[in-house]
Amino acid sequence: MKYEVLNYKDTRSGFGEALYELGKENENIVALCADLTGSLKMNAFAEAFPERFFQVGIAEANMIGMAAGLTIGGKIPFTGTFANFSTSRVYDQIRQAVAYSGKNVKICASHAGITLGEDGATHQVLEDIAMMKALPGMTVINPCDFNQTKQATKAIAGFNGPVYLRFGRPKVATFIPEDMPFEIGKAIVLKEGTDVTIVATGHLVWEALLAADILEAKGINAEVVNIHTIKPLDEQAVLKSVKKTGCVVTAEEHNVMGGLGESIAGLLAEKLPAPMEMIAVKDTFGQSGTPDELMTFYGLKDKNIVDAAEKVMTRKQTKS
Amino acid sequence: MPTINQLEKTATQVRRDIIRMVHGAASGHPGGSLSATDYLVALYFEITDHTPRPFDMDGIGQDLFILSNGHISPAYYSVLARSGYFPVSELGTFRKLHTRLQGHPATMEKLPGVRIASGSLGQGLSVAVGVSRAKKLNNDNKLVYCLMGDGELDEGQPWEAIAYCGSKKVDNLIAAVDYNHKQIDGDTNDVMPLLDLRAKFEAFGWDVLECNGNNMEEVISVLKKAKAHTGKGKPVMILLHTIMGMGVDFMMHTHKWHGNAPNDEQAEKALAQLEETLGDY
Repeated sequence: MKYEVLNYKDTRSGFGEALYELGKENENIVALCADLTGSLKMNAFAEAFPERFFQVGIAEANMIGMAAGLTIGGKIPFTGTFANFSTSRVYDQIRQAVAYSGKNVKICASHAGITLGEDGATHQVLEDIAMMKALPGMTVINPCDFNQTKQATKAIAGFNGPVYLRFGRPKVATFIPEDMPFEIGKAIVLKEGTDVTIVATGHLVWEALLAADILEAKGINAEVVNIHTIKPLDEQAVLKSVKKTGCVVTAEEHNVMGGLGESIAGLLAEKLPAPMEMIAVKDTFGQSGTPDELMTFYGLKDKNIVDAAEKVMTRKQTKS
Repeated sequence: MPTINQLEKTATQVRRDIIRMVHGAASGHPGGSLSATDYLVALYFEITDHTPRPFDMDGIGQDLFILSNGHISPAYYSVLARSGYFPVSELGTFRKLHTRLQGHPATMEKLPGVRIASGSLGQGLSVAVGVSRAKKLNNDNKLVYCLMGDGELDEGQPWEAIAYCGSKKVDNLIAAVDYNHKQIDGDTNDVMPLLDLRAKFEAFGWDVLECNGNNMEEVISVLKKAKAHTGKGKPVMILLHTIMGMGVDFMMHTHKWHGNAPNDEQAEKALAQLEETLGDY
């Protein structure tokens, strides 16, 4: 199927909308925010359910501890702040009080990756997936557009266990149909193909679909697999696709160290070695710029995926 | 209700358990365990309303305790076992492979009584605040208690939680500091002076009480007073003036027994000072 741009919206608004709806449906849903209510789009929840909304000030460590405590008593806490303050700032708190303690906390992180833009590298966390996926028992989800973020937010509320939900700041194309099924841990084959597999997550999924169109014009039939749940990884879906195509490109808005690409590489190295390229930030910090300038500078655009696809296809042919 | 004498006897047995556990494991933290024993015994055997069995993680309708300084696990485990959360015989597995009694308290092995992992310092008060907020939302008028070490007040996170409680008027929580003036590297006054703790907590909006934390009568009395101070728009803090290593003469007043286990001879010498009042495990 072909994907149309339904609208341009920020993924964080998908989170905010879903959180508000969850608040109406389930009185055990509570939310905590560290002075970024507007940025996280948590205002609707905060205004509708003031007794269930905890403004903690700029004190993220306390927020994570409080969230862990709120689960003792049956609450389902959603914490909200930027992705770097949701992870690196509070890694030890998440490790001990949430992951190791097995608490049902949903760590919701906006402004992830370089598309945060002009604020620069202090705020552009590119290591959060690596940190979160290294924690035993942590589910890591990086949805790709407004609709999928909304679906993911709803889904994690009904899932018992710690979750890291990662989304972004800028308005991007919404293309996932509202009624497309979403299941935690289940990859979505957005476009079937036979020549090369493109495995993408987050904002890079749209770029992967654009790349597939460019490749099609060149006579290359790419399969696009959307991994929204980076951990646990849908290994069967990836293996099934790569078995068919024989080569793979991964694409993510994260450091190449510890991201989705490494997870796929680890899986394939053990079970199905295949030519592979990783589209990711190459072990560097970001910088100030517009989201689009940064995506271009760090090589995270559709054309980079196209180049990588052609490279792996060449290697596949040389091999055979 | 147990008499003060009975509570003191329980505390003596807990101190025996502590020595035997760290000796048996050849590791662990006796110093702070011994200083906090009287408070924990008072809490679990007199002050709080709690149901050891069946253990319910959510603890709705019960007073709940969150331990922040997890390294005093020997005292915590002994008090939990002796108040009925799990068999006293299990204390012998402390720190051994596949035990539910991990070096620092954890929930993963599902040890009844433990509701959160602790060990990495400075996190417990935040968790206790969360529990207290859940109680408010559940219209549960029971209280939340939290014990912190004095050394962990060097961390930043406790002060985030301390600020939150004062500013947001968390008044269904009673925190306590085991103020034994010792941390791993030495006296708190040498490592990182805490200055005027009472004034600090008061400046953050807390109602502060103090007592000799190794005198059972005083501990019971201050905890009863603290309960009477809840529900008045202010969080309540108890400064427990204690002695590191309390109950074993050669372990007292020194940081050297913070995280060291006694050898056979030292254990024997220590146990000779602590009467077996409730039967050893």
